[in-house]
Amino acid sequence: MKSLAELAAIKERMKDKVAIREGSGALRVVVGMATCGIAAGARPVLGAFVEEINRAGLTEKVTVTQTGCIGICQYEPVVEVFEDGKEKVTYVKMTAEKAARVVAEHIKGGKIVEEYTIGNK
Amino acid sequence: MKELSLNILDITQNSITAGASEIAITLDEDAAGWLTLVIADNGCGMTEEVLRRVRDPFYTTRTTRKVGMGISLLQLAAEQTGGALTIDSVHESVDPLAHGTTLRATFDTKSIDFPPLGDIVDTLCVTIQGHPEIDYVYTHTTSARTVRLNTAELREVLCDVSLGEFAVIEWIREYLTEQYEAKNSTHNE
Repeated sequence: MKSLAELAAIKERMKDKVAIREGSGALRVVVGMATCGIAAGARPVLGAFVEEINRAGLTEKVTVTQTGCIGICQYEPVVEVFEDGKEKVTYVKMTAEKAARVVAEHIKGGKIVEEYTIGNK
Repeated sequence: MKELSLNILDITQNSITAGASEIAITLDEDAAGWLTLVIADNGCGMTEEVLRRVRDPFYTTRTTRKVGMGISLLQLAAEQTGGALTIDSVHESVDPLAHGTTLRATFDTKSIDFPPLGDIVDTLCVTIQGHPEIDYVYTHTTSARTVRLNTAELREVLCDVSLGEFAVIEWIREYLTEQYEAKNSTHNE
């Protein structure tokens, strides 16, 4: 059984990192989680981003947040990537598999996955 | 919505938007096969005018568009099984101390139209990850077991560390999954 002692150990490990993180987070991944997004499959997309970003060791640099409906429901699940000093990138009709590729190529590699962006639809 | 857990994910966002600091999600399955879902929050609540119109699919609190489907979809899901949806709400202007909204939906799980509950653990993890500052109390009771999560208890252990940290979310995921997988047992910490 999972114990609170295990949680306390996680806390000890995280304590130092939290201080470093304040003020960082240059890259923000925002997943649309309104009724339209959820119905279209946003939940596994969000899960994939969180997992892949952690797997890639990018949690210090990247934050994953949720937002409501941005008004392009027919393109849901929609994911926006905000990076300091760069134009926003909007990915549409996302899946967990596409999310993994966006993390590998865009978030980690710095190269936008053009074929998934809204301009390509 | 293909799974009831997706409706729950959606409806919980309403509590978050209402500024709730505490959200209780309760699932209760009785021996006759009726499932009662209760989502109760201490958010700003709704005025009588809003409460009257909230189940209308062409009503929304949004100002940028004129439809809001979330509650209508859940109501439809409940009624298709022969169940019902009710909402009680106290707006903060009526009672500045004890305000909030309680939504209750009942489902006949024996009905062919009952949507599967689906991945409720993922719904909880996604909700907590999105808004780790809120306290959540989750209880799912069946004849076989009771699954519980109270984030206030976790917060006492975590102090300054956010509930939204990946390692913490994964701990919560396993904590809940273990309880669901435990056969015929009532979990006691």
